[in-house]
Amino acid sequence: MPSTAASPATRGVRWNPVFRQAVLEATAAFALALLLLGPIVGLVLDGYEVKNELQRPLLIAAIIAVGRFLVTLAMHTPTGQAALERFNARRRQPGILVVSISENNRQRWWLLVIVALALSLPFLASKYWLTVLIQAMIYVLLGLGLNIVVGLAGLLDLGYVAFYAVGAYGLALGAQYLDLGFWSALPLAAMLAALFGGILGFPVLRMHGDYLAIVTLGFGEIIRLVLNNWLEFTGGPNGISAPPPQLFGLEFTRTAKDGGMSFHEYFQISYDPLHRFIFIYLALFLIVCLMVVVVTRLRDMPVGRAWEALREDEIACRALGINHVLVKLSAFMMGAMVGGIAGVFFATYQGFINPMSFNFFESALIVAIVVLGGLGSTTGVIVAALVLTVLPELLRAFADYRVFTFGVLMVSMMIWRPRGLIRPRRRAFEVKGLCP
Amino acid sequence: MRHSEPLLQIHELDARYGPIQALCQVSLFIDSGEIVTLIGANGAGKSTLLMSLFGDPRPAGGWIRYQGRDITGLPTHEIAKMGIAQAPEGRRIFAAMSVEENLLMGAIPVGMDRMDADLINVFELFPRLKERRNQRAGTLSGGEQQMLAIGRALMSRPRLLLLDEPSLGLAPLMVQRIFATIREIRDSGATIFLVEQNAHHALKLAQRGYVLVNGEIRLSGTGEELLADPEVRRAYLGGQG
Ligand SMILES: Nc1ncnc2c1ncn2[C@@H]1O[C@H](COP(=O)(O)OP(=O)(O)O)[C@@H](O)[C@H]1O
Ligand SMILES: [Mg+2]
Repeated sequence: MPSTAASPATRGVRWNPVFRQAVLEATAAFALALLLLGPIVGLVLDGYEVKNELQRPLLIAAIIAVGRFLVTLAMHTPTGQAALERFNARRRQPGILVVSISENNRQRWWLLVIVALALSLPFLASKYWLTVLIQAMIYVLLGLGLNIVVGLAGLLDLGYVAFYAVGAYGLALGAQYLDLGFWSALPLAAMLAALFGGILGFPVLRMHGDYLAIVTLGFGEIIRLVLNNWLEFTGGPNGISAPPPQLFGLEFTRTAKDGGMSFHEYFQISYDPLHRFIFIYLALFLIVCLMVVVVTRLRDMPVGRAWEALREDEIACRALGINHVLVKLSAFMMGAMVGGIAGVFFATYQGFINPMSFNFFESALIVAIVVLGGLGSTTGVIVAALVLTVLPELLRAFADYRVFTFGVLMVSMMIWRPRGLIRPRRRAFEVKGLCP
Repeated sequence: MRHSEPLLQIHELDARYGPIQALCQVSLFIDSGEIVTLIGANGAGKSTLLMSLFGDPRPAGGWIRYQGRDITGLPTHEIAKMGIAQAPEGRRIFAAMSVEENLLMGAIPVGMDRMDADLINVFELFPRLKERRNQRAGTLSGGEQQMLAIGRALMSRPRLLLLDEPSLGLAPLMVQRIFATIREIRDSGATIFLVEQNAHHALKLAQRGYVLVNGEIRLSGTGEELLADPEVRRAYLGGQG
């Protein structure tokens, strides 16, 4: 413990104990920051040389120390004390809220505002932001899908990206070999992904925790490697193109394929590549809304409850006579299907895909979304997906610190919101004929 | 002199976990409307017997008949549908779910159509659960959790209720309440197979009892007979009185 502050005051001021503690803590923070930041920020690799830029960590550490000093002082003012107390009280609350249905209803009009906002956004956004929004929506969808598997059923799946890939390649390969359009490929690719979910689900029925995580991780890699190496069929690392979406047969291209009609010709407006993105966004938004409704409904149905019960205690489920094979498989298949749908949209939005887009980092990101969202909370997953996709874009200027920010975010989460951004809520029921 | 078939009959049942033989030639029967208790020390195989009635582990030998039907080796969810329910050892409630959701889970094997009426029944039996219906189940006290585990099992309207050590870890007063409730459940028409280490209470409550030692039935008889049996007194009742 560095103790420069311990030297007696030169001007004879009586050391206020609070002040003294603040100085001590600031010094400690300074030393710690220097230790951590010194090698990371201070040593810059320039060409083949390592340049020594120690003034940078010094500056940052100084800022941190001043910050720490002010925070400690603030914590001792009455306002600060009250805030601290409020914060601690909130942490002591049980992790799960039970919300009555009437309370749920009050959130309805909020929902309306959000939907209206989401629907008008694409018409205001530039092309760049539109693509960011589409990406965000795709991750929302992926998060919702994986949330069924990890958040609700409690099956840690680290290879979720496999189903995303199956969906994307389903569209691309379906178009290439079977001449399928976007809308006919969508349900087929979704079903194909669900089938793959079943294929993964069967062998892991008896697995839990770490073992399950490893096997699913391997599964994700297998799918990627197959896509990468089956040159004749998938085009391998060169990738494959995916067809653009259509609106009732109208194509979103400058010139329609032979015999077809394109969107701008039909409506007699000038061609704008934005139309395609707006359309994808709106379709995606609809699917996301549909998914939210479906998942919310499912959670109140036996199968959805059984997913959560399985997460809580598998042995109890078996003792209750819940068919755990069916429950697990349905979670895997349902989650996989949603991932497949997200993949189809990804492919059509990119227009071109290759196996590189489906690496383990994607799986990790989706798991991060679900964990940040609070393992099971739909709202939480949506917020987390938006945060993790939109925030990096907002922080482009600090692109170098992206991973750093990600880490800070994760650590702060573990401290302040260990159960995710949104606390999981439980619905209260209304039982007919029961007086409260 | 038996004129009707028992509700449940187990005949020379074997069960094993890999190389470990957990049950050996266990035979017993339970008549409709009875409370039958199974007592035995830790590791005797009591929980294994209950779970193998449920097909988990699958019996390695012997057979089980329930309501005149052979249920040996049926999958667990099929057996649950036939009106057997279990409050497993250690309660195993769903901690993150509300009390009410826990109860609803119990209704899943039989479908949700009579759920509201069943919920009201359970709340009548356990008013404490009604007070706490919107509370997170993990925050209940031990006794309340046991009530919840029993209530959850009752949600499937079982004809045969299997209780695995319901008094485990409860304060004496709570044990008495739980045992009083078990009698109430029997009086409402269910048959009860009660597994206990708390031999004194269990044998007083039950019509008949079996004693399981190392996976084998060592003794059987009426509750009073077993309570008076010197071997039982020495091994399970601490040699009192
Ligand atoms: N899942 C299991 N795998 C292997 N052995 C088990 C398992 N469950 C119980 N056993 C063994 O079977 C025997 C009977 O256990 P159990 O039925 O739990 O006894 P009791 O309920 O009477 O205390 C014990 O020797 C125990 O170690
Ligand atoms: Mg036991």
